[in-house]
Amino acid sequence: MKPFEHVVAEHGATVLRVCRAVLGPVDADDAWSETFLSALTAYPRLDEGANVEAWLVTIAHRKAIDVTRRRARAPVAVPDVAELVHAPSRDGIPGQHIEQGDDDLWRALAALPPKQRQAVAYHHVAGLPYQEVASILGGSPEAARRAASDGMGALRRTYPAARPSSTARTPKGSAS
Amino acid sequence: MSDTSPRPTDLLASLGRDLDRGATPDDDSRAALSRLHDRLAADAASSGLLDVAYRTLDTPVGTLLLAATDQGVVRIAFDVEGHDAVLDRIARTVSPRVLRSPARLDRLATEIDEYFAGERRTFDLPLDLTMASGPFRREVLSHLRDIGYGRTASYAQVAVAAGSPRAVRAVGTACAKNPLPLVVPCHRVVRSDGTSGSYAGGPEAKRLLLALESAA
Repeated sequence: MKPFEHVVAEHGATVLRVCRAVLGPVDADDAWSETFLSALTAYPRLDEGANVEAWLVTIAHRKAIDVTRRRARAPVAVPDVAELVHAPSRDGIPGQHIEQGDDDLWRALAALPPKQRQAVAYHHVAGLPYQEVASILGGSPEAARRAASDGMGALRRTYPAARPSSTARTPKGSAS
Repeated sequence: MSDTSPRPTDLLASLGRDLDRGATPDDDSRAALSRLHDRLAADAASSGLLDVAYRTLDTPVGTLLLAATDQGVVRIAFDVEGHDAVLDRIARTVSPRVLRSPARLDRLATEIDEYFAGERRTFDLPLDLTMASGPFRREVLSHLRDIGYGRTASYAQVAVAAGSPRAVRAVGTACAKNPLPLVVPCHRVVRSDGTSGSYAGGPEAKRLLLALESAA
């Protein structure tokens, strides 16, 4: 069994992307921390042949739900990612300024129904097969595939950074 | 596919890049992951889950790997041993709950720095001998700690001290497999003809340590 440090080094970045895609930038840190602490607890009992990334994403999925529930119960509840990043007070904090382009991403993700956002995060961001995504979300692999596909379709319309017309952020090869 | 509809790979590339960038300038994933890693190590330590903490330390005999359990220092390893291989072995023999976390090794690192500066002659830290396998090897290690700073003993003398005068080769093996070099001073065990003999950190490192101690 590999040292846990290697697990963090290998999968930390992907799990952070997944947490950010599902929860937005602010709550992602808590979800990441709780995911890896929980994984560290269970790690010695993990099967040698287990798919570590799928295991971590499964834990991250549960921790993201915990974080969302806690936030909903909190006195100053903020219902969703969109409102969180758009709260005027956040923009007023020096050094906490959210650039317009990134703002677009969080708004586009937050506008997706949770199932679609999760399916996009687990399949497209983490690279898990639909079979795995389905076992995390419940439902069939076909339903997972449809949710991911609908999510990507919506992002293609609502996430300006991905459009060729957006100059600075246009990926290589997509310039019109 | 229309003009305004990017290929999926382009959308994914933008998505990945923006997710890595985070919401604020100091939030890019490299900085965030470094911060999150430190938070994980601290949370693990306070929850009793940090079975093995480690760090590296640059010294005149190369970069050392230092590792400790909550019982004490469990492993000191030289560059030439391959730090990744050593960490893998720690994960298999001690616990896979291994994280880079310098705090637990601060005192050892300070003592080793002082030792190389000629300002320290003994190490006074709790040791964890989990990685020293077998009663004879542990017996040998306990006798090595009796060889004072600046002195040497032959493999044969250590064999006698350990109560097995004919086990000279086994003493050599015990020294070679010493999980705690420097702190358990196997470098002070030399050949009967006075040459320094082999060493886990390489013969050069052994000569350097003996020269350091004889100069002080």
